[in-house]
This record gives sequence, C-alpha cells and structure tokens, in this order.
Amino acid sequence: MAHNTGPLLNIKNLTVRFATSTGTFTAVDGVDISVSPREVLAIVGESGSGKSVSMLAVMGLLADTATVTADEMSYDGRDLLKLSTAERRRLIGREITMIFQEPVSSLNPSFTVGFQIEEVLRFNLGMNRKDARARAIELFNAVGIPEPETKLNAYPHQMSGGQCQRVMIAMAIASNPRLLIADEPTTALDVTIQKQILDLLMDLQEKHGMALILITHDMGVVAETADRVIVQYKGRKMEEADVLSLFENPQNSYTRALLSALPENAKGDRLPTVADFMAAEAKL
Amino acid sequence: MIADAKIVVEGRALTQDYHVSGGMFAASKTVQAVKGVDFAVEKGKTLAIVGESGSGKSTLARIIALIDPPSGGVLKVDGQEVNISRKRLTPAMRSKVQMVFQNPYGSLNPRQKVGDVLMEPLLINTAIPAAERRERAEAMLAKVGLAPEHFNRYPHMFSGGQRQRIAIARALMLNPALLVLDEPVSALDLSVQAQVLNLLADLQDEFNLTYVFISHDLSVVRYIADDVLVLSKGVAVEQGSREALFADPQHPYTKQLFAATPVTDVAAIRARVMRKQLARAEA
Repeated sequence: MAHNTGPLLNIKNLTVRFATSTGTFTAVDGVDISVSPREVLAIVGESGSGKSVSMLAVMGLLADTATVTADEMSYDGRDLLKLSTAERRRLIGREITMIFQEPVSSLNPSFTVGFQIEEVLRFNLGMNRKDARARAIELFNAVGIPEPETKLNAYPHQMSGGQCQRVMIAMAIASNPRLLIADEPTTALDVTIQKQILDLLMDLQEKHGMALILITHDMGVVAETADRVIVQYKGRKMEEADVLSLFENPQNSYTRALLSALPENAKGDRLPTVADFMAAEAKL
Repeated sequence: MIADAKIVVEGRALTQDYHVSGGMFAASKTVQAVKGVDFAVEKGKTLAIVGESGSGKSTLARIIALIDPPSGGVLKVDGQEVNISRKRLTPAMRSKVQMVFQNPYGSLNPRQKVGDVLMEPLLINTAIPAAERRERAEAMLAKVGLAPEHFNRYPHMFSGGQRQRIAIARALMLNPALLVLDEPVSALDLSVQAQVLNLLADLQDEFNLTYVFISHDLSVVRYIADDVLVLSKGVAVEQGSREALFADPQHPYTKQLFAATPVTDVAAIRARVMRKQLARAEA
C-alpha cells in the first residue's frame, strides 16, 4: 500500500464540464492538485475560478450535469474514480470531511445541533446513543463551545454564525479525518470571529495531524494559514508555490495582479486592477 | 484643518431604539442599536464607519441616509437640521443625500431596465423633461464606465461589479453632496473591488463628493478613508484621522480588530512559517 509515502490526495489533469442549455461549460480545465499528510494547502481564486468545483468533484457532490474526468484521482493510493458507492460512503465523511461557507444554512434548522452531531456519530461511526452524547460533549469542548451540555440542546437559529461554524467543524473532525476540506469557512463571519475559527482550524490540524485544503478568495486568509498555495483563474491553475515564495516573489502575472489589488498594497491613490495587468500583459 | 472647511453632515448624540415585541409569553423589550454617536464630515472627505455585525453601523447608515429617523439626537445636513419623523423629506434634501447598498443583486429591481433605474430618481424628485432625463442617464452610464448599449439591458445581464457601478450611477443621478455607502465592495471579488474603489475615488475627485463609507474591512478603510469611526455595540469607541488611528489605536476593541485582521506582509508570513517549523521540529 502507498501508505504515507506519497501525497494523501493526488489529482492529475482534472477537468469538470457542465452541460448547459447553451453548450458545455468547462469549470475546471486540466488542474493538478496534490496534498501531503499534515499539510495545509490553500486554493485561492475569485468567483468562477473553479476552486470549489474541483473539491466538490473529489467529494462526489456535483450534480448529474457535471462530467468529471481525470488522469488520476486517488486518495491514499485508492482510485476515487473507481470506488463503488458503498466504498465511497465509507471514505467520504470519515477519512475525508468537508465544511462549507454558510454555517447557518449547512445545519438543519428543524433539529438541535446535538441531534445532528450525534446522528453523524451513530451512523458514520456506529456509536450508541450514550457514547455519541459523551463524544459530542468532548467534541464541543475541543472546538471551544462553552457549556456543551446545554448547547447540544440548542437549535441552529439560537446560535451565532461563529458557533454554528464550530458545530460544523466538530462534526467534520468527529471521525478523526485525515483530510479536511474547508470551503470558504470564514467568509460569512466577522473578522474577529474569523480569527478565532482560523486559529481553531490550525490548532486542530496540527493536533490531529490532518491535511487541510482551504478554499478561499481572501489573500489575507492564505497568508495566515497556508503552507502551500494554488492560484486558480477561470478554471486553470495559474501558479503553485509555497506561501512565502508566492507572496515574496509571485511568478504568474495573475498572482501579481491579485496581490497588487490588495488595498493594503496600494501605492499612490489608485489601486492597480487585474484588468490593467491583463491588458499590459496582452500588449507585451 | 482648513478654517473654511464646510461640514456637509453632522450628527450629535444620535440614538436608535428598536422595540422588540415579545410574542405570546416573553415581555417586549427595547434594543438600543445606536447609543449616542457624534460625528462630522467635511466636504470632499470620507468618513469610514467600522464595526462588526451587530455594531449598529448599518442602522447609523440608514439614519445618515435619511431612510430611518433617529430615536434621539440631531442630524444636520449642510448645516440644516433634518428630522424626517416630524417633517416629510423634501425632494431637495433627498437629492443631497443618496445611498449605495451592499448587495447589488438585491438593490436593483430585476424588472427594470438599467436606463429606467437611472432615470427614476429624476422622475420622482425633479421636473426634468423626459429627453433630458435620458441624456443625463446616458452620460452617467459613461461616467461609471459602462457602455451606451447597456441602457436597455436588465440587471441580471450584468456581473456583480457592473451592478455596483449601476447602483453608484443611480445614487449620483441627483447630483448629491453626500453619498452613504454601506459595504459597497464587500460582495465583490478582489479585482472588481479594486476597480469599484478606484471609481469611487475618481468620482469623489470629480464631483467633490462627501462619503460616509460603512465597512468591516480595515484594509479597505485604510485605503479610502480620511477619518475613521470605530463602532462597537452602538457606541463610537474611537474616532480620529486615518493616520492617527492606524498608527496608534487606543481603544482595546480597535486593537482587537487590528489584531484579528489578516496581514499579507511577507515578514509576518515568514515569521509564521518559521514558528510552525520550529513547533514541528520540537514535537
């Protein structure tokens, strides 16, 4: 078995196409992504860059209109494209888990958060009710939810956005996954709450030795969290580098454009825009 | 400060109470969303109001934009006291203050063509004839960087950045002195955000506009503001010039905000990478 020697997740030449009424739309176009055990990989891009779609393809969460092709898509040596539904279900939600952008709408409003997290524990990990409750309390403590016994009986609308995201993280780490995919986990949150959630994710990642793929549009989040970064634009990979090289010495013109469009990097009283950069490149 | 600097908008001890009815069993209560805020903005300047959700920044924006009357305090526009709860807002006053909202997907009527969106403020507030309304709308479209052929299109045919340009154009149709911008770029991608911020800066220079810019993003505020007001739970915990505030924040809440804002500075990234490597080497 290819245990621990190579990358945990290895994707080669991934293409995702959507059949639309006006023809085929290519959302992800020949992208290679790999992440090693215990590594934090950030995939950064603007809307329409295909950053979420590639990870949804890994999770098998895309709609039927999507066609996923890849030369290789393997997790820990296992081919994800050839998995049977049953095998996939054993893997997804246990070894690979995911959290999403909108914590409040990721939870079911009709059930208490305790019921929802215990459901995961009972069905995915085969725990009985009593063990599930004990483990849920343990998990709530781990993600920093105060008074876990009381909070387990709360409905999502009774909790703040930051607390809901903590519940989602608790569910995602319940099975001690080896890979956590976080899709814009802090975009809907205030900046002070964002800091808390990012700190929590980094802490859990280190403590449990998880690999973490962080999908974001925010260069600040990338700077604060990533080991390695992939920059995507319109479905293609523009650049891949370790985080320091990317910010210190960006190679690709799109990356340079993105970095100079950050308001904190403003020189003079106007910001350079990505369009300016692309136009300048085209002239060369 | 220049001696003849003109104050365009001024608030004194502004408060806003919301009465929450308690339902069948709970008692009703009063939530004070804004608790006595003072501010003044000079002509051609930008005041940024910074705060997190629940800080009351949008409530304050709605008071300044003359949408909601405050529960208490005094609001002066161009030196003239305005109280919309006592006296109906005049078209002249409406023309002076305009607003741009956060979400350009929600603030434009999907059934209204862009041209009609732009002409509507003139139709409601002025007696300008149709031909001239059209002329002005077309000119404004060009001013915000859109093309003449966009006049007859519907909002759904535009991207988020273009829609925000339309919303800005609509706000400028009445030649306002003051623009209240409630998180105008937070729904936009980084590259589009830069374009819209540049557009706002250009328009401010050209028309000598005064901005009240509501934001939660300190990097945007640092770029656009002259003065900054930090709002926390309805209280202005700190206010001052951008330079002073960013160089030396005083209030603990402001410091906390700064500490939580991600930095993209290479030295900071290097320090973080080093810390992680060290921690792993020790483990």
